Amino acid sequence: MSEEKQVLLSLKGLSKHFTIKQGFFKGKSSTLKAVDNISLDIYKGEAFGLVGESGCGKTTLGKMIAGLYHPTSGEIWFDGTNLADLTVRQRRTFCKDIQMIFQDPYSSLNPRMTVEEIISEPMIVNKTHKGPEIQKRVEKLLTCVGLASSYKNRYPHEFSGGQRQRIGIARAIAVNPKLIICDEAVSALDVSIQAQILNLLSDLKDEFGLTYLFIAHGLAAVKHISDRIGVMYLGSMVEVAPKEAIYDNPLHPYTKALISAIPIMDPNKRKSRILLQGDLPSPIDPPKGCRFASRCYVACNESNEAPVLCPYKGTSHLVACAHPGTNPGSRPA
Amino acid sequence: MLLEVEHLTTEFTTRRGKVQAIRDVSFSIDKGEILALVGESGSGKSVTSLSIMGLLSSNGKVVNGHINFNGQDLTAMSEKQLRHIRGNRISMIFQEPMTSLNPVFTVGDQIMESILHHTKLSKKEAYEKMIALLETVGIPNPTKRVKDYPHQLSGGMRQRIMIAIAMSCEPELLIADEPTTALDVTIQAQILDLIYRMREQFNISVLLITHDLGVVAEAADRVAVMYCGRIVEEGTTKEILTDPRHPYTLGLLKSIPRLDDISERLYMIPGMVPPPEEVPPYCAFADRCDRCTDECRRDLPPLITTESRKVRCIHANMGK
Repeated sequence: MSEEKQVLLSLKGLSKHFTIKQGFFKGKSSTLKAVDNISLDIYKGEAFGLVGESGCGKTTLGKMIAGLYHPTSGEIWFDGTNLADLTVRQRRTFCKDIQMIFQDPYSSLNPRMTVEEIISEPMIVNKTHKGPEIQKRVEKLLTCVGLASSYKNRYPHEFSGGQRQRIGIARAIAVNPKLIICDEAVSALDVSIQAQILNLLSDLKDEFGLTYLFIAHGLAAVKHISDRIGVMYLGSMVEVAPKEAIYDNPLHPYTKALISAIPIMDPNKRKSRILLQGDLPSPIDPPKGCRFASRCYVACNESNEAPVLCPYKGTSHLVACAHPGTNPGSRPA
Repeated sequence: MLLEVEHLTTEFTTRRGKVQAIRDVSFSIDKGEILALVGESGSGKSVTSLSIMGLLSSNGKVVNGHINFNGQDLTAMSEKQLRHIRGNRISMIFQEPMTSLNPVFTVGDQIMESILHHTKLSKKEAYEKMIALLETVGIPNPTKRVKDYPHQLSGGMRQRIMIAIAMSCEPELLIADEPTTALDVTIQAQILDLIYRMREQFNISVLLITHDLGVVAEAADRVAVMYCGRIVEEGTTKEILTDPRHPYTLGLLKSIPRLDDISERLYMIPGMVPPPEEVPPYCAFADRCDRCTDECRRDLPPLITTESRKVRCIHANMGK
């Protein structure tokens, strides 16, 4: 990472805790730490891939940045302003800068609105464009995302999944945002359509100078689009590194297991797989110390204190593990 | 051959007329073999499995073809005869284990139901069998877990319970319809490993239905690729993955993000799958294909068959 890179979004000790009422007559309450103390910088013009299994808090993190959740503690610095301090009303001015693309293109578009109404809505709400300008822009945006501009009077149900996702993308870029949060934007699509949407997103990034936060559950999908990748486990970030470093030299045992879980297409190269034991522990009562310890293959004894994310050997490769780089079967380094 | 599907055509009556979801589908599964049926949504892979199980919705009907299971034709059987086979000799697991388990019964009740219904075991024997089964599918602490309700278990656990139910009557054929699609990658690896182990242990045949060629590479012995209701290519897993002949299979393989690929852009197949009522009478892939010539739009390409492979493309270059 060069020095000139400008930080667009900076998260400092960001947490989101939910209070869960449990027990008889909901008398007992406990805390679910969905996101716990995450610090992260996202640079202007980069695509940051955020990877983790369901329940690890990646969507909660995205929603906090988009302003759909208010953080419990911590700061979200965006373009010199701490978004976490703002009231809901003040926050609205930033809505146009941070847009979101959702996973399910079937439920994220209003079935009673035409494509034109869907795409022009953010421009009207954020007052970025006026009158006849809007109509022209809708047509231009539709062509940008690879749809015919004559489609603007149709309703969402007339489109296939991939086309709907294109409409969702057009809506997100309508107000010239600086940051787009793609929450599992391609997970619900078929493989051949996935490739089309991923290529479209990377074209738009170059064309409009966008910054992406790309949330996904698998490492393979984010590989093509991301510059840097962060891996989350149970509410905390376990590894952040440029994508080559993540794939070529994963350091955290969880990242290693994630990569090894990706099926390999070549039957000649069938490899020995790291099969993680058990399931994700409940975030309501997460293990003390290292949260991955209960499923980790490194039998490490220093589990009373949680490891923090720190640079590995002075590089830009950050890892939160007491024994980074240990392979299964070998002794902890 | 344990299962032979011959020229199967299934039709649905909709408001817009009759729609053929699968057309002239033929394949077979040997004893102890895992056959993967691959295709994108709308390709007819689930309809194929539902036709075999006789579980089509009321507007669906097998209009042509035969399904021979151990020499018996399932399409000619009455509902009563089918019920002896379904869940007993052929069982099925589904994509979303939460919706296939009943939320108001404990998982123990549900596994016991299947065992008691299909075998002559006493309750006590059935209970012991259930505990042994749960141990086989890798559920820790089974005596405690059987008292849980489905919502108390994680997605991976629920899928293990589904597999336990499916295996409870020692079936000869297991149909797994997208068994890992709803699961996380690390859990997917565990479940595929389990299906593979079940095959080794009980020598069952598996019809694995999936849209993910990665899953195929991990588990299957042979692969049939479906597109628009027809099988367009069939071969061993190794052949299909390393030497695909049909342009659709090739396109599918190339559009999957791979770890060892350093290019910036992904390969993509242009266009999209035509809806079932608009499938052309010629090669259904012609409009998206880069090998397409005028000849492709004239007639339906025949299924070219060699020793182990079948390809439905006139440009497949099967000469060698």
